Amino acid sequence: MYAFEIERPTTLDAAKAAIADGGQALSGGQTLIPTLKARLADPEKLVSLHNIPELKGISTDGDGRICIKGATVHRAVADGASGYPALASLAARIGDPAVRTRGTIGGSLANNDPSACYPAGVLASGAVIVTDRREIAADDYFLGMFDTALDEGEIIIEVKFPVPQVACYEKFIQPASRFPLVAVFVAKFADGVRVAITGASGEGVFRWTAAEEALSANFTPEALDGIAMDSSPMIADLHGDKAYRAHLCSVMAKRAVKNAK
Amino acid sequence: MPKDSGIGASSKRREDVRFLTGTGNYTDDINIYGQLHVHFLRADVAHAVLNGVDTSAAEGMPGVQRIFTGADFEAVGSIPCGWLITDRHGDPMQEPRHPVLAHGKIRHVGEPICAVVADTLAQARDAAEAIVLDYDALPAVIDMKDAIGADAPKVHDDLTGNLCYDWGFVEENRQAVDDAIKGAAHVTTLELVNNRLIANPMEPRVAVGEYNRADDFHTLHTTSQNPHVIRLLMGAFVLGIPEHKLRVVAPDVGGGFGTKIFHYQEEAFVTFAAKALNRPVKWTSTRSEAFMSDAHGRDHVTKIELALDAENNFVAVRTETYANMGAYLSTFASCTPTWLHGTLMAGNYKTPHIYVNVKAVFTNTVPVDAYRGAGRPEATFQLERVIDMAAHELGVDPIALRRQNFITEFPYATPVAVEYDTGDYHATMDKLIDIADFAGFDARRAESEAKGKLRGLGVNCYIEACGIAPSNLVGQLGARAGLYDAATVRVNATGSISVMVGAHSHGQGHETSFPQVISEMIGIPEDQIDIVHGDTSKIPFGMGTYGSRSLAVCGSAMVRAAEKVINKAKKIAAHLMEASEGDIELKDGRFSVAGTDKSVAWGDVTLAAYVPHNYPLTDIEPGLEETAFYDPANFTYPSGAYSCEVELDPETGHVKIERFCAADDFGNIINPMIVSGQVHGGIAQGIGQAMMEGCAYDSDGQLLSASYMDYAMPRAGDVPFYTVDHSCQTPCTHNPLGVKGCGEAGAIGSPPSLVNAVLDAINSGPGKKVAHINMPLTPSRVWAAMQ
Ligand SMILES: Cc1cc2nc3c(=O)[nH]c(=O)nc-3n(C[C@H](O)[C@H](O)[C@H](O)COP(=O)(O)OP(=O)(O)OC[C@H]3O[C@@H](n4cnc5c(N)ncnc54)[C@H](O)[C@@H]3O)c2cc1C
Repeated sequence: MYAFEIERPTTLDAAKAAIADGGQALSGGQTLIPTLKARLADPEKLVSLHNIPELKGISTDGDGRICIKGATVHRAVADGASGYPALASLAARIGDPAVRTRGTIGGSLANNDPSACYPAGVLASGAVIVTDRREIAADDYFLGMFDTALDEGEIIIEVKFPVPQVACYEKFIQPASRFPLVAVFVAKFADGVRVAITGASGEGVFRWTAAEEALSANFTPEALDGIAMDSSPMIADLHGDKAYRAHLCSVMAKRAVKNAK
Repeated sequence: MPKDSGIGASSKRREDVRFLTGTGNYTDDINIYGQLHVHFLRADVAHAVLNGVDTSAAEGMPGVQRIFTGADFEAVGSIPCGWLITDRHGDPMQEPRHPVLAHGKIRHVGEPICAVVADTLAQARDAAEAIVLDYDALPAVIDMKDAIGADAPKVHDDLTGNLCYDWGFVEENRQAVDDAIKGAAHVTTLELVNNRLIANPMEPRVAVGEYNRADDFHTLHTTSQNPHVIRLLMGAFVLGIPEHKLRVVAPDVGGGFGTKIFHYQEEAFVTFAAKALNRPVKWTSTRSEAFMSDAHGRDHVTKIELALDAENNFVAVRTETYANMGAYLSTFASCTPTWLHGTLMAGNYKTPHIYVNVKAVFTNTVPVDAYRGAGRPEATFQLERVIDMAAHELGVDPIALRRQNFITEFPYATPVAVEYDTGDYHATMDKLIDIADFAGFDARRAESEAKGKLRGLGVNCYIEACGIAPSNLVGQLGARAGLYDAATVRVNATGSISVMVGAHSHGQGHETSFPQVISEMIGIPEDQIDIVHGDTSKIPFGMGTYGSRSLAVCGSAMVRAAEKVINKAKKIAAHLMEASEGDIELKDGRFSVAGTDKSVAWGDVTLAAYVPHNYPLTDIEPGLEETAFYDPANFTYPSGAYSCEVELDPETGHVKIERFCAADDFGNIINPMIVSGQVHGGIAQGIGQAMMEGCAYDSDGQLLSASYMDYAMPRAGDVPFYTVDHSCQTPCTHNPLGVKGCGEAGAIGSPPSLVNAVLDAINSGPGKKVAHINMPLTPSRVWAAMQ
């Protein structure tokens, strides 16, 4: 770690000011702190979002959307998002109890790890990311590995999830990190099915549109028979080659359809 | 009735009170007034000519006391290898110099190049970033077979090539083995990789050096399994410090698994720098450093052939193994793939002809050395896998094939130079079949199949050699140290006892189990007895803990010392009771005169020894303290039969371990609970090796599995509830306790049954048949093999 200063504001306005002043947001620290320890980042000032009540909590809005504030920890979502069981189940399977007690939805989405869980839930739900400046549709938010539509210093305040009729998140873990090796979130809405996949592609989370079309017509695992996943954009590493990941996309998607509730 | 104390009791581990309440004293807990911190700048290339190191910008940075480079260690000795191997042609192995800090050349990623000593660790790290290295990268040699090719770059320019030795064992058997294989009815051949592992003890390595100028005295606090071995190697071979000026302390150590046996550069560095700077110097490894500087384990590439006659009797075994040494020879690197591996190739079977060839190879990787089991897991894996493969090829039951070839008469001299004293391999197999409920397997398989899963059952046997070993024998084989152990039993005036032992406990529970033995011998409560270990200034010269030797070797020394104490105490008791020494009996902490009602308590006798008012001073000395050194007559040979049942998801290749059963013969047992714990831990590591753990380098020598993001360690949820049984007991015939050692069995005995089970599951399905998969059997590998 290099030396840095830290501010712990208690209001969103104070946090905005501190970040505008060159600070970097620190939420659960489950990604940022290990990065600092390895001396891979050298921020002068961190601005903790941990003590800001406005950034915490889960509610339901007038459109029936589940709204999760940016600094809400995974554990709170696992316990509190009962209106959207598949999302609560996703949060309950991130990392381990320590990670879930500190890590937050805003931090996860700002980081956009190509193997993170939340991006799949957000994209498959067609959620809206609310920042201190604007609202960003999920389809416009994820721009590739560790890349998002957020501008410098932009803060995620809230994420609004439309609740599907049924949904399921199927996560096949990478044995070492326990992040997804491939995970698929399937969400069935009245107007169609959305399928988002994380862990598989070097470009980060993506929608599997061929599967969406098939499932919108026929929401059964068999509907996915014969729909091949292109393996060329897949990640190849110690834990699985491209062909294996492409295969898992299909297996996990079918299981998600089968288990959707 | 289970006993509640003494030999055979499951006494609770007393050391756990401090470990579980955060009151242990680990090396990193040691902070000495005025101490400085060192940060090592480590190589990020695998192979390079190091032209120079420019430390000028770093020297003046805040807090920097001094920056050391390889040049500072030119006059210092090489980090030594503890075992000289003589090759097939009678020549000594090639032994490269192993510098404390890289000098002239960089040979693996993680090799220390500079050491920055500063007031704080952060200052040392800051300054290290300002050091400029001038080097020319060279092509790296990573693959062992490439490394011994004609044009391979040399890891060490002054050696003839990258072959450390080409060992044949037993060389004289070679022709007979070749002939037996030629004439055999069936030969099964298996080529396999025994995967490279990173030990990952929970506590990383730490070293704190201290120097007292007034009496020219050095102290090294270090995370070691064997403080006397470190004192010997570092004092005599590296820094030239005489024993009486060097104390090595290994306090609480949070797991070793072999990787803390060895003498490492960082230990020599802090000891050297403490004197150079006249200040204590501390180093604590980060987890990232541990991945690239702790000696790795295993890493063999093997071809094994098993020849059988027409009746399925084993007639010959021939192996050819490439063993990775890494860039330098670590302390026991040379003996692990030879004497700890070749001697085990008979396994539990009466194969008459065996020949083992091992080529040890230098590569641009971290040094490789002993890891839990050390050589014996590699031997067991290839043998037990090839037997299973032969059974499938011949269409016979793998258990029946094993039984048919079991050694049944003891002592048994193998064709690979060792003599098993006792064992009963049918008994452990019978026990296994019973505890594992083989009879119910078909029903369980049907249940799995109904869920779309495949179920497999795998079995194997193992034999291991523990309690290394007779010093005169290992001396002939090339060991550069004796392998006895030592204990001092110090009885205090009021009768309580401190036992100073050469063995070191870093998870084994010696502080609990050793007092059980003394308690049994004397008949005083266990809590009257304490074990002292881990400090060369307090304990006699023993060789430490590895190779499941603590109880068999050091425990035997302790018994001998206690016997001497008891004999002397009997003389004192005879005097006190005015009886003849020959009539004195010791039972339940009282001395009595046979055939009379006269008796004195243990405490009365010990008090007399230290307050010798009424005492035979002309015949015996006051005091009650005895030391014994014990050099074993042979290895001990624990053995057993293991089984594993897995459920495989054919769609993903994911394997769930449903059951794991172990029937072991460890001879006599002091504390059954501790023995079970040792077996559990060993199996967990075997599961790690077989299913999850794989150290990987890319072709440039970059470590790909350099953190827990990519190196998979087993967690509680990855392992099943174990069924372990150690009721089959054939006591060791040559040590006083009849004990054999249990620390490594689980890690040695478990990988073959895991792999055998997965293959059984795959081959029970409708798909492609698979003969072998290399470990670790990750989901992606299993799935790929099935396609
Ligand atoms: C052992 C372990 C296992 C894990 N396993 C998983 C897993 O299985 N699945 C998974 O998805 N994740 C996993 N994670 C990651 C975890 O979910 C992290 O919590 C998450 O990625 C980052 O969230 P955080 O709140 O900790 O963010 P931080 O680490 O505090 O910050 C991460 C980044 O986001 C920025 N940031 C934080 N909050 C905001 C905000 N509100 N607005 C804008 N920018 C912000 C920070 O400046 C920083 O750049 C794991 C982590 C660990 C340590």
